[in-house]
Amino acid sequence: MLLESIAFIIATTLMYSAPLIFTALGGVVSENAGVVNIGLEGMMTLGAFVGAAVGYFANDAWIGFLAAGAAGGALAFFHALACVTFLADHIVSGIAINFIGPGLSLFLSRYFFDGATQTLSLSLDAKIPRPLNGVFEQNGFFDMVFNQYATVYLALFLVAFLWFILYRTRLGLRIRAVGEHPKAADTLGINVLRIKYLAVITSGVLAGFGGAALSVAIVSRFSSTLVSGQGFIALAAMIFGKWKPVGTLAACLLFSSAQGLTVYLGRGDLQRMLPIPSQLLATIPFLLTLAVLIGFVGKSRPPAADGIPYEKE
Amino acid sequence: MSDEKRKLLAASPLFFTFFSVLTGLLVGALVLLISGYSPLKAYHVIIDGIFSRPSYIVYTVIYSTPLIMTGLSVAFAFRTGLFNIGAEGQFIMGALGAALAGAFLHLPPVLHAIVAALAGIAAAAVWGGIAGFLKARFGVNEVIATIMLNWTALYLNNFIVTLPSIKRTATNATAFILDSARIEILPLWKVSEAGRTWRAMHPFWHDIFRTPFNAGILVALFLAFFCWWILNRTTLGYELRAVGHNADCSEHTGINVKARMISSMAIAGGLAGAAGALHVLGWTRQAAELAAMEGLGFDGIAVALIGGTSPIGCIPAGLLFGALKYGGSKLQFALRAPIEVVNIVIGSIIFFVAMPKLLRIIRRWLEPKKRQGGDSHAA
Repeated sequence: MLLESIAFIIATTLMYSAPLIFTALGGVVSENAGVVNIGLEGMMTLGAFVGAAVGYFANDAWIGFLAAGAAGGALAFFHALACVTFLADHIVSGIAINFIGPGLSLFLSRYFFDGATQTLSLSLDAKIPRPLNGVFEQNGFFDMVFNQYATVYLALFLVAFLWFILYRTRLGLRIRAVGEHPKAADTLGINVLRIKYLAVITSGVLAGFGGAALSVAIVSRFSSTLVSGQGFIALAAMIFGKWKPVGTLAACLLFSSAQGLTVYLGRGDLQRMLPIPSQLLATIPFLLTLAVLIGFVGKSRPPAADGIPYEKE
Repeated sequence: MSDEKRKLLAASPLFFTFFSVLTGLLVGALVLLISGYSPLKAYHVIIDGIFSRPSYIVYTVIYSTPLIMTGLSVAFAFRTGLFNIGAEGQFIMGALGAALAGAFLHLPPVLHAIVAALAGIAAAAVWGGIAGFLKARFGVNEVIATIMLNWTALYLNNFIVTLPSIKRTATNATAFILDSARIEILPLWKVSEAGRTWRAMHPFWHDIFRTPFNAGILVALFLAFFCWWILNRTTLGYELRAVGHNADCSEHTGINVKARMISSMAIAGGLAGAAGALHVLGWTRQAAELAAMEGLGFDGIAVALIGGTSPIGCIPAGLLFGALKYGGSKLQFALRAPIEVVNIVIGSIIFFVAMPKLLRIIRRWLEPKKRQGGDSHAA
């Protein structure tokens, strides 16, 4: 019983972490190149819609997943255009993205799905597969923990991949240089604008993946309240993770474990023994975030030139 | 137009705002065109939907009322160097506070409405103040703190409104506020026998009284001037702006920076709370369980930005947003066109507002080709 409970909590935690990890890593890429991306929420929402819609019409979640990345990247292009080329205030541009992304998603949803603000569901076998299904004894501990959607493994792999890119390759060094001291980077012959565009568009692609990891894996369709705030939580995870991939992963796992715990404590059998109102349980991730931010004050430092428009002289 | 005049126009921030609004509307038209709707018809529906009847105009004002106030909340914090993304949660707390005080206190009319509004404002001021305190005491970024507080407010609201002693039977909302707390204009008279007879003889007023016409807009206008006054005519406002401009410098001149941060966020919270409170007292009469954010607080960010983060600017910006929202809501019925085109328009407007360099390029384009003339003169 105890083992089963632990397995259940770990499993839900991992499941809910994937969308957060993709999106938060997007934030890591963008902000390490010096562009604040508060528009993650909007990009994630568009990704969730496009993933579900394309996935539905193509009857293939992977095609939807890729399309979601493309859509997120396209929206991020405009963020880059505003912030990098036209020296916009990054937060203001991000706010604009957060209106346009969900607005466009619902507009298109109504257009393609007969006026409805939710898409039709993917058939069960068209969803993102679970690669380790049937490897372990069914409903055993390992089966519960590791029988996850492929997006979960992809997200975890991406953490390592991004860490490698940022800290072990020349490109990563350039990205970080642009975020810390664009002028110095420019002097050394790095094409600052190109790096920034690359980073912001990549962040949109990842946020789009994050949205699709919700809409074609955890559930099987897009609805108007599906994302509602996850992009912002990913943003918080990135800050809590100190703008670094591994720290961000830890933060995402912490936040989604709060979500997992909420689901666990909200189960019928536990509700009878330990009646905690579900609405109060739902506040746990947010209060936990605040508590953690208070505890880690001063240690979390953004890249030095994060959010500062850079103009070549 | 003379070159002088043209230059003056191009230099004014108002021109830039007009340009952004126009471009935003064009983007909306383009989106409609691409998806096969006639933009002309669509904007015709929107404009008709706003102006063609007295009740439509009043509805536009009612839609704009909370937007002006949440806009003020964001603009006020902005002027003091803080970014209040928490207007959404503060709005929820304001609505909840007013709904509870309106339903469960027993006071004479007018006084009851004032007390209920103040209860909402106080609850929201505390909510905003928490973010200010976390920033002042622990250095927690207010953007992140207010995002977290928004969701906490949402679930706290859902918990409280569904408590058995508070909720109305068979609903997921609080008991209705008492009539003594309502700020609607003559809500009981207009449906009474005498009111109906009078309205039958006055078609103009008959139409207006179909709407939940209420005193909220007066409060919103008053608060806009109040914010302007605080920021520009009081020591507190001076200190708040100084802290926003340069916290270190302010510290050295003897301003209590931490206390000012907290008061700024508390005032911003109170303003968003007023929006929530008056929304309840003037229209909805209840605080309901929320499945998702209603967005009136987030819309306030748009209003503040379109209004140039000035309190007075929030009035036209709020009216514009309210008009687009109300007028746009008729698209679905009239053309079966998705109403979300309004969000795309608003987002595009903010997007253009965000780009100062674009303004410079336009200015250069609008200015007469003086540079060439100057060069030839020098040669």
